[in-house]
Amino acid sequence: MDYLLTEQQIMIRDLARQIACDKMKPLAAKYDESEEFAWEIMKVLSGSDIFGIYIPEAYGGLGGGVMELCLATEELSRACGAMALGFAGTALGTYPILLYGNEEQKKKYLPDIAKGKKLAAFCITEAEAGSDAGSIRTTARKDGDHYLLNGTKQWITNGGEAEVYTVIAITDKAKGARGASAFIVEKGTKGLDFGKKEKKLGIRASATREVIFTDCRIPKENILGKEGMGFIVAMKTFDNSRPGVAAQALGIAQGAYDLAIDYARKRIQFGQPISSFQAIQHMLADMATQIEAARALVYSTARMVDSGAKSVAKESAMAKLYASDVAMKVTVDAVQIFGGYGYMRDYPVEKFMRDAKITQIYEGTNQIQRNVIASHLIKESMKG
Amino acid sequence: MHIIVCIKQVPNTTDVRIDPVKNTLIREGVESVINPFDTYAIEEAVLLKERFGGKVTVVTMGPPQAESALKEAISLGCDEAILVSDRKFAGSDTWATSYTLACSIKKIGTFDLILCGKQASDGDTAQVGPGISTHLDIPQVTYVKKVEDISGNKAKVERMTEEGYDVIETPLPCLMTVVKEINTPRLPSLKGMMKAKSAKITKWTADDIKCDPKSIGLDGSPTRVVKIFTPPPRKGGEVLKGDAGEIASRVAGLLKDIVI
Repeated sequence: MDYLLTEQQIMIRDLARQIACDKMKPLAAKYDESEEFAWEIMKVLSGSDIFGIYIPEAYGGLGGGVMELCLATEELSRACGAMALGFAGTALGTYPILLYGNEEQKKKYLPDIAKGKKLAAFCITEAEAGSDAGSIRTTARKDGDHYLLNGTKQWITNGGEAEVYTVIAITDKAKGARGASAFIVEKGTKGLDFGKKEKKLGIRASATREVIFTDCRIPKENILGKEGMGFIVAMKTFDNSRPGVAAQALGIAQGAYDLAIDYARKRIQFGQPISSFQAIQHMLADMATQIEAARALVYSTARMVDSGAKSVAKESAMAKLYASDVAMKVTVDAVQIFGGYGYMRDYPVEKFMRDAKITQIYEGTNQIQRNVIASHLIKESMKG
Repeated sequence: MHIIVCIKQVPNTTDVRIDPVKNTLIREGVESVINPFDTYAIEEAVLLKERFGGKVTVVTMGPPQAESALKEAISLGCDEAILVSDRKFAGSDTWATSYTLACSIKKIGTFDLILCGKQASDGDTAQVGPGISTHLDIPQVTYVKKVEDISGNKAKVERMTEEGYDVIETPLPCLMTVVKEINTPRLPSLKGMMKAKSAKITKWTADDIKCDPKSIGLDGSPTRVVKIFTPPPRKGGEVLKGDAGEIASRVAGLLKDIVI
């Protein structure tokens, strides 16, 4: 389907596709097995300017937006959803600065992120605060010209690998949701430590760690926006980043589908390729249709965000929900088409199924997405 | 440091087909690419620029569509690009091509180093690089697999041989042809691609490079291609059975028959 991409968007898509095919695909199984963070791929992405595509030109980027972010994430995820997350997770960690950073903060952090010199990470989740983000316990106490951070963030993508951390912490417990604030914390700051790398079902090459603050002292200039804006920063960040997760899911689905149709044409049973059987044909037809529908929704949402639309929460949630559910279904079906071979780790398709699962969980479970969508629907309906 | 890279646009060998009747290349619909060996020369030039500073000029002789190869070279980090193109160059062999490129390089002016791929993937002659150095009367080092150092108008390089490598020191300016062991070419960068899109490619004709009209194109080419043919496919071998002694004597007899 033709999505009427601009010349620059086609350039980004094609280059990301080339990186995915030439550099990432041959290494995907190795890094999945070793669970190492794929720095060699981050260097390729950095050399090709991919890290800067959604960052304004004034800060060394290419001046694109969420659409460009989605195109690159989708293509990279077709080869490896885990390596792609080194890039997409950096975007998640960068959006708070892009959206709420002041000029000094943008000048200080964005150029290095755009060049791929520094990765970023977003820290909100805690052991007791997952879907219920209001239960955050990490605190930031003002102490003269500084803030003192204390607490532990959990399951932080790019944790330990990133140089720049955007952190949501409580500055005034009495104010509830209005008592949270957002901060920038640099790696190397005294009192900032990392837990061990988590062992995961999928996206194993992505680094997931605890980020631990123990009397971590940061200059007061590192606050993003004002005190009390933490949840607004987080929610607006998610509005911008959810299409990115949706694009990751879309890429994973497309990658699994590509393998499945290729295999179905080559696998001979009963004297003919299994692609000649209607049972397989209908599966492939459903998979391709669902992927295309997801793509249309993801791209439309990304364009809506880039257009500067005031409220995109509902659409972002829809895109993330739908694309990740499609990714799960398509990857399960792809394994089914591969039959016994699909279950074997010697074949690449089971990894896509393992990688797909997280897209239904992180950046808001799909149940939370449905809550967001429903609450908007009801509000809209009440307005008439 | 000023580095000049000579490149050639060739058909992508992964999808070249031969017309079974005429025995010629089917060029329609075949993608053109930078000669794969030249991509190592481009990468090495850009790496040397990053190491020692300076600029990289890329030059090609070819039809107008070779401009796309030059733009790709710019997206990979080359600074300036020159397309030497004229119908008068048609039919050039390696002698006339290297003469034409040498004349173009003289027009470019001063330089420290010329880099070429070791050979082109279509003609496979490996003659144009050395030919350029001969026409320019500068030293040449072929099959370079590593540039160890460049300092004080001298370069120290490793030249690949069948048994290992030679370490060679050469005065500059000189010409080097490089092998694929020398580096891993980078992928283009988005900023490079955008620069390439708006880059101005300098175009020179035979008149511009002040070459001797008798030394270019078909007239300037002493080589005559008498016939191009596809080697006949190898016939299947024969499996000899029996005990070792029997087989050995039969093998000896067969070898004797084909006069080895």
